[in-house]
Amino acid sequence: MSTVTTTPSFPNPATEWHLPSRGKVAMACLIIAESAIFTIFVVAYLFYLGKSVTGPTPREVLETPIFYTICLLSSSLTIHLAAKSLERDYRRLFLLSWMLTIALGGLFLFGTAQEWHRLIYARGLTISTNLFGTTYYSLVGLHAFHVTAGLIMLSLVAIFGFAGRVGMDQSGRVAVLSMYWHFVDAVWVVVFTVVYVLGR
Amino acid sequence: MSSNAITIPGTQIEARPWVDELHQWVTTVDHKRLGILYILSALLFLAIGGVEALIIRIQLMRPHNDFVSPEVFNRMFTMHGTTMIFFVAMPVLFGFANYLVPLMIGARDMAFPRLNAFSFWLSFLGALLLYFSFLGGSGLYGAGNAPDVGWWSYAPLGARAFSPGHSSDYWTLALLVSGFGSIGTAINIIATILCLRCPGMKINRMPLLVWMNLVMAGMVLIAITPLSAAQIMLLIDRYLGGHFFDTQAGGSAVLWMHFFWIFGHPEVYILIIPCFAFMSEIIPVFSRKPIFGYPVMVAATVCIAFVSMSVWAHHMFTIGMNSYANSFFTLTTMVVGIPTGIKIFNWIGTMWGGRIQFKTPMLFSIAFLFQFLIAGLTGIMMAASPFDWQLSLSYFVVAHFHYVIVGGILFALFGAFYYWYPKMTGRMLSERLGKWHFWLFFIGFHLTFDVMHIPGILGMPRRIYTYEPGRGWDTLNFIITIGAFIQALAILVFLANLVISYFRGARAGNDPWDAWTLEWSVSSPPPAYNFATVPTVSSRRPLWDLKHPEDPDSRYE
Repeated sequence: MSTVTTTPSFPNPATEWHLPSRGKVAMACLIIAESAIFTIFVVAYLFYLGKSVTGPTPREVLETPIFYTICLLSSSLTIHLAAKSLERDYRRLFLLSWMLTIALGGLFLFGTAQEWHRLIYARGLTISTNLFGTTYYSLVGLHAFHVTAGLIMLSLVAIFGFAGRVGMDQSGRVAVLSMYWHFVDAVWVVVFTVVYVLGR
Repeated sequence: MSSNAITIPGTQIEARPWVDELHQWVTTVDHKRLGILYILSALLFLAIGGVEALIIRIQLMRPHNDFVSPEVFNRMFTMHGTTMIFFVAMPVLFGFANYLVPLMIGARDMAFPRLNAFSFWLSFLGALLLYFSFLGGSGLYGAGNAPDVGWWSYAPLGARAFSPGHSSDYWTLALLVSGFGSIGTAINIIATILCLRCPGMKINRMPLLVWMNLVMAGMVLIAITPLSAAQIMLLIDRYLGGHFFDTQAGGSAVLWMHFFWIFGHPEVYILIIPCFAFMSEIIPVFSRKPIFGYPVMVAATVCIAFVSMSVWAHHMFTIGMNSYANSFFTLTTMVVGIPTGIKIFNWIGTMWGGRIQFKTPMLFSIAFLFQFLIAGLTGIMMAASPFDWQLSLSYFVVAHFHYVIVGGILFALFGAFYYWYPKMTGRMLSERLGKWHFWLFFIGFHLTFDVMHIPGILGMPRRIYTYEPGRGWDTLNFIITIGAFIQALAILVFLANLVISYFRGARAGNDPWDAWTLEWSVSSPPPAYNFATVPTVSSRRPLWDLKHPEDPDSRYE
């Protein structure tokens, strides 16, 4: 049983006590976890390169989506600009570059949709055609899913922004969201390299 | 020390209608309540998984037994494995982490309370999905069909052609959903530990339990996710006609094994590291000495986490990897023994020269030390790939990993139950029932799992539903089954102890063990707000400093 009779009064507070922001730490953790998921899909893609028993092969059907890649990668710049301008409370610049980010992300998704439409209807490649189809649609689709999720969150912020609710006090949260968007862009660099450069 | 609790008028409510009480528990975002929910759901599934184990053991009690059909036997070992790992061990450890981490670092709650609740309900939904397969596995026309392809669902067994109906789908969805829950909890634990420590709680002053849960959560992030990815691939194969694991279209069954074990082996460490954490809190308190070698313990934990990420293929020595791979995975597996050995020496070093109190938590902890050592030694035997070729897929392996999971993890967990139950409920668990529980479980455990090594060496394969008489396995299997029933009896004593002590146990007070970490400074059970004033710490043992102002630890750190 307790032998303590003193009232707990702890020593005086430490002078300086800084801890990291929980939002940023959590997003960093989520990014680590997502990276592991993508790693497994990338490994599967690389492992199955050239193992399909029937066609079509990547060399026959894939075209490098350079324009849409530039769109997605430049959206990293615009979201960075948006986050920085919100920190300084330049709300109009924030909204402008935020909308630009959404537009660029949307354009990228449109590019993916167009490519899939061409592959499915013109080239007859579906997810069940061969191993290439299975791994290609899974990997690119997983990325497109993350772009979509990001666009939904960006649009929510945009709606609040137009309602005048996103100010300097929200810049921390916007910075967390922009971490996610940078991650989605970085993953595309890997997917692009694996699928369109190494994979052909 | 009850003066630490603030009495707010209107909160000390007498008796509420049970519907209100239930509603509060279901909608709670309090880390303590969620921790208890995790633990209760784990106890429920411990009982279910235990019954499945008993069915397995009754079937194998004597040769040519026909207690259950081969199909039911397959379902039982699949459900037993899946249940015990995903819906007992993981939730109960997350439950303790949830309950203890904020209290130990002087925080009000977890970093994301609603994410916390969401994660718990996801993992509970996963468990319900898995068990719904008994009803819905073959559609709803009666003949229930649980998954029956082993807890790893090796390709191509998980494919449509070999697992018709929906039993494998329920298995896949259960693991996927509870996996997302685990990732949510892991993110929460890391954010809590890094961002919510009370003033003075530097990273090198955190209790070892907090440190080890931080490492465990980090491992969850990179080890559970490969399983989620593999489950997504399996769903694509089963529903969209993909070919990931379809060998006829060029897919690879071995790739599934790699993906599964990249998750599967770190998972063992995800389960054992929180148990190391319990040991590192319980052994010092009952030895009346601070932990021996704190920085080395932290370093060894991080080291185990790193090395354990590169040992997975020692589960696959028999599939015919090349000799370089075999040598690499033999080497890495043996390397894990070094940091683990360091830990065992540190715990013994803590006990050395201490005034050891043989209370029930300490009994379980000491048994843990010896049993985990033996489990580690058979692990090193299996790590040598030629030895593994001989004994893989035999009952020797079953005995080995049950020695880790029961002899290690479960014993440590029982120690944790006896140690923290007073904090969670305000009542002491009965020492008398505790001693009965310990000795019965100890005897049952050794009767079952010591003996189980022998039929393995004699060649008895895993996952067979019956065997021929006269191979020298008969008596051994009979003894194993008796041991299993003694363990079941011990669990009943334990459950009875939990219930009886909740109503009749001695009042615990704030600090029944004269311990040193922050959770013992608040009342038992702690108030919803945890700490009336934010504590400030200046050493690794804040309550020691408080109780011994003339000789505080902070002077030596």
